[in-house]
Amino acid sequence: MTDLAAAQKTLDVNAVRRDFPILAETVNGKPLVYLDNGASAQKPVAVLDAMERYYRECHSNVHRGAHTLGDRATAAFEGARETVRRFINAASTRQVIWTRGTTEAINTIANGLADRLQPGDEILVSTMEHHANIVPWQMVAQRTGAKVLPIQVTPQGELDLDALDSLLQSDRARILAVTHVSNVLGTVNPVRELIAKAKAKGVLTVIDGAQAVPHYRPDVQALDCDFYAFSGHKLFGPTGIGVLYGREALLEEMEPFMGGGEMIERVSFERTTWNTLPYKFEAGTPPIAEAVGLGAAIDYVEGLGRNALETAEQALLQRANELVETVPGMTVIGTAKEKVPVLSFKIDGLHPSDIGTLLDQQGIAIRTGHHCAMPLMEFFCVPGTARASFAFYNTLDEVEQFFAALQKIQRLFAE
Amino acid sequence: MTAAAQQFLDNPLGQGVTLDDVNEAFEFLDDWEERYAYIIDLGKQLPAFPDDEKVEENYVHGCQSQVWLIHYLDPDSGRLFLMIDSDAMIVRGLAAIILIALNGKLPRDLLSVDVDELFERLDLFRHISPTRGNGLRAMVGKIRDIASKEEAGA
Repeated sequence: MTDLAAAQKTLDVNAVRRDFPILAETVNGKPLVYLDNGASAQKPVAVLDAMERYYRECHSNVHRGAHTLGDRATAAFEGARETVRRFINAASTRQVIWTRGTTEAINTIANGLADRLQPGDEILVSTMEHHANIVPWQMVAQRTGAKVLPIQVTPQGELDLDALDSLLQSDRARILAVTHVSNVLGTVNPVRELIAKAKAKGVLTVIDGAQAVPHYRPDVQALDCDFYAFSGHKLFGPTGIGVLYGREALLEEMEPFMGGGEMIERVSFERTTWNTLPYKFEAGTPPIAEAVGLGAAIDYVEGLGRNALETAEQALLQRANELVETVPGMTVIGTAKEKVPVLSFKIDGLHPSDIGTLLDQQGIAIRTGHHCAMPLMEFFCVPGTARASFAFYNTLDEVEQFFAALQKIQRLFAE
Repeated sequence: MTAAAQQFLDNPLGQGVTLDDVNEAFEFLDDWEERYAYIIDLGKQLPAFPDDEKVEENYVHGCQSQVWLIHYLDPDSGRLFLMIDSDAMIVRGLAAIILIALNGKLPRDLLSVDVDELFERLDLFRHISPTRGNGLRAMVGKIRDIASKEEAGA
């Protein structure tokens, strides 16, 4: 397909929905409306089949057996790594490390950079970070005497760039760890600009891409970040698999924090040496089928055409925004100019858990609570929010059902 | 008797209203809207909870909403009285059902209530699963702890 043809490809949402068997489920007697994609996305048949085929036809341990199945497993596993490399445009598969998910990736980075940190050094994160991009840094700060400083957000839920500039004035700033897309607000942060600002001050950059990859294809070379991390399960792939991308020199320098098989070159009681990248960070038998599944997920999503997906998703967000005023007392939290299709909200007089429970009664799945972002909840002075997060397989009709359900709930409590 | 103690004793939940009443009401409610309207209504019957008791030691952990629980052991009758509050309305309703089952009993009698059977019955109320973070189990756990301590002290 030519680039133009790919760009013009539109999404046939009904056909796409047939690729996701779970979307045909009923919940509480109603057709499932799945709007909790930000927590975890559903899996297409392509992923389920790839994993089953792997177990039926290829399974063995990787990089070990002197036999045909071992070769097949290794080829499938390393093939998936190459798929990820292409997906994020990394220069080399040595820079693509399998982890259990974004959380493990960030922990690996934080731990690996600990040796660089001195007491008083500053690690900059933002108020809108997921706990997974706060707590690992706090743990490392505790060990090293470094400090974790938050970059404030604006009332619209955008990163306050002036606040970042003043934090970067400090000559103790060492690491900038920010999310590409906010899981609560849907805000798309201007990461390229943030990375450039940090780089100009010699500050290392870590980008949490967990919420970005379902919507955008990150180009790690164009972004010029030092690290990028994401999870498979939010990208329509399996749970238990994620990716850590890193600049090669930094990965070489970093110490692994898990030891065991696979990650070693040579073990003796006198001296043990590490394997080369990426295996140095992959102790133990890896999640092989999950890696294969993630590769299949990326192939599937890319095959649909990112432009078509983005157009479809933005139409969902636009329709949702239009309908907000039809629910008395509903307020959207996070009104950034650039957003992925995520709608965090509150309704006057209702607790998010009330909203979640009564939506579930109507077959609609959303997430409620603090979304692992307690500092952000504090900033917006809410105990939690209700969050609808859409994927390309959601329909405009589902958006309308969602709002009709909210109207019903609002009436129920108003009685 | 203090005003606070009187508030505990006056709580109709578990005294005038029984689980059989709730069961009976549920039988006549056809769809989820009616059932939840009833639960929300039960929540509105929770006696006013004193604001100065909304402190850490009365906080029930393990709920998505904020839940507070206080108790009073009536020295005359030896019965245990409870008050619960939450900022979520459905949780208030579920708390009311718990109070209907457990409030105003001797600690010994409270401890003999088959909680799993109670949860099973709540499940019969359709979809009020006690496992979904609404804190039913956490509330009941805390109430049983209180009853055990009072029973041991008695």
